[in-house]
Amino acid sequence: MRDMFSDRRPILLTNARIIDPSRDLDLDGDLLIADGVIRDAKRGIGAAGVPEGTEVIDCRGKVAAPGLIDMCAFVGEPGAEYRETFASASRAAAAGGVTTIVSQPDTSPAIDEPAMVDFVLRRARDTAIVHVHPMAALTKGIEGMEMTEIGLLKAAGAVAFTDGAKSVTNAQVMRRALLYARDFDALIVHFTEDPDLVGEGVMNEGEFAARLGLIGVPKAAETVVLERDLRLVALAQGRYHAASVTCVDSLEVLRRAKDAGLMVTAAASINHLTLNEIDVGSYRTFCKLAPPLRAEADRTALVAALASGLIDAVMSDHDPQDVETKRLPFAEAAPGAIGIETMLAASLRLFHSGDIALPNLLKAMSTRPAELLGLPGGTLRPGSPADVVVFDPDAPWVLDRAELKSKCKNTPFDEARLQGRVTRTIVSGRTVYEYV
Amino acid sequence: MSAAPALRFRHRHLLGIQGLSEDEIVALLDLSETYVAFNRSAEKKRELLAGRTLINLFFENSTRTRTSFELAGKRLGGDVINMQVATSSIKKGETLIDTAMTLNAMHPDVLVVRHPESGAVNLLSQKVSCAVINGGDGSHEHPTQALLDALTIRRNKGAIEALTVAICGDIAHSRVARSNIILLNALGARVRVVAPSTLLPPGIENFGVEVCRDMRQGLRHADIVMMLRLQRERMNGSLVPSTQEYFAYFGLDERKLAYAKPDALVMHPGPMNRGVEIDSSVADGAQSLVREQVEMGVAVRMAVLEALSRNLPNA
Repeated sequence: MRDMFSDRRPILLTNARIIDPSRDLDLDGDLLIADGVIRDAKRGIGAAGVPEGTEVIDCRGKVAAPGLIDMCAFVGEPGAEYRETFASASRAAAAGGVTTIVSQPDTSPAIDEPAMVDFVLRRARDTAIVHVHPMAALTKGIEGMEMTEIGLLKAAGAVAFTDGAKSVTNAQVMRRALLYARDFDALIVHFTEDPDLVGEGVMNEGEFAARLGLIGVPKAAETVVLERDLRLVALAQGRYHAASVTCVDSLEVLRRAKDAGLMVTAAASINHLTLNEIDVGSYRTFCKLAPPLRAEADRTALVAALASGLIDAVMSDHDPQDVETKRLPFAEAAPGAIGIETMLAASLRLFHSGDIALPNLLKAMSTRPAELLGLPGGTLRPGSPADVVVFDPDAPWVLDRAELKSKCKNTPFDEARLQGRVTRTIVSGRTVYEYV
Repeated sequence: MSAAPALRFRHRHLLGIQGLSEDEIVALLDLSETYVAFNRSAEKKRELLAGRTLINLFFENSTRTRTSFELAGKRLGGDVINMQVATSSIKKGETLIDTAMTLNAMHPDVLVVRHPESGAVNLLSQKVSCAVINGGDGSHEHPTQALLDALTIRRNKGAIEALTVAICGDIAHSRVARSNIILLNALGARVRVVAPSTLLPPGIENFGVEVCRDMRQGLRHADIVMMLRLQRERMNGSLVPSTQEYFAYFGLDERKLAYAKPDALVMHPGPMNRGVEIDSSVADGAQSLVREQVEMGVAVRMAVLEALSRNLPNA
């Protein structure tokens, strides 16, 4: 593997299956990159001659697509550098074909002031090998009471506003934030979960939790807040994104809001799209998540919603936890799983199972997030930033968590058989990851 | 002072601009004009209200409005009493009426009432036999402020008709904004309100105003920029994130004032939060009418007292 700062010679990817969801483009051909931007993507560029010194890479059997944009990743800077840094997160991202990390603001201290956004951008610039765009806190100190300086934070570079893994329980606060954010065309991203309904719950409520003797989290904990939010969106007419939907009822609520023409979008995590509550098995804490893994019927509904476009984006919900917080009795263990490095490989399960076409899957991890967040990536259009992932969609492999780049190894896919492997990741025209 | 101009004003109280005709507004402004000159003279005392009692009944803190009414009453020869009632020690509703009945029994001729609740002055007016002037009720109306603003504009721009007036700031909670919107519309101005969505009351678009959510658009081609005070408790994250952000996007500084016409004039009902809704360079600058507004306030209140005194039951 070759890491960062390889030279910036022009790159020609030849004989690739080029998929550009932003243009509904899916063809076998070549992709030319120079000066950090996409030059062209079509058949026969190589035959027509390329600039001198061009690095030519044969991509037969492989897919070249816009680099992935992960809409939801927790990086521990500042305050939890032992869990993840921008350096470690970006290496994991690069190995997973992710060229843009959208970092979460629920750090310590929270990213709730313009100076903190500036801190994140500077740290990322100095230490990360992929792009990093921060979301800022929606409320000061993530306390759910007073809205942050949405205008100044956006001007400083925040791409959206969220309280991270915390719900804003006060409906008045949410209504006013939606209203205020609308004036700045700012996107509010909300993790919808009623903390009182969650209570002491640690996994999906139902028979399986009952058999394990664990307290359940009802699906309504998510849907109640989502439904409230969507009524507030109807009042305020702001832009709203549900950070993580996991169940059938939420999909129904979401569909109604979209049908009504509200500016509402939603994401699902790779975990909820590929795993279910049975994966908790014999108290595997790496499968303890918030929101919890749901029933198989919910998972299949989520996959169908992704295929239909009702769910706009797939994100990793990358949440590094070290052994001290995971090697505990299930109820005491911290929720969360890493996922940025395995998101693409895991998502290809949905392609191989025939549930979703490859361009649609890639769109949900690149083009749509770019559109929602107003980012320049997510496309292979000539002139756009050369953020590209090259992967072999069929290569079989077994995941060994020891090989993961993240500082923490809490993956629910340990020892899983995966099909599809990233072979090269290019950020701004530079190869930042290569699998050899 | 010689013969008063013919005045057509048939109301017993002045509870709001709502309900006044264009003619009545113009008549009050014309009458006020005579008092501007009067107030600038050395001998500013009349006997018009001799023997009359005026009570300033204020349930909310005020310095300039109360002083302005007090001066107006005294210059017209009336006896003026100030009552500052701390609202915290009062149970609302019934006690308000009790207070009114008590005062009424003392036979005042004019009550000037300010109250933090919308509609409270109206309620009080139904229980007394004297004239009542609304000195500001909640977020509802502040009619003498709108009249003094109109007088100030008219004296500086010649007329109000066809002017573009941008009212900026906390529209949702402002009685000044409501009274001004009604009055300026009645006199044919083009009125805009400029504020973040959280400071605009739902339904404002039906007030006959153009609604703008940023200063560049809102101040474009404006002849008058009227700034409103933002209460401190509303600027710490509940409706506006911070004073810093509010000033950055809605505070009137020289850069934003440049969006308006070059000869645009700046107004503020006071008291100003310098550095929050208005920068000192603008508040004290050549385009500011803030001090003139205060002067016009006394003249307008004298005109209102004169108009109402003629309609008193025992006049």
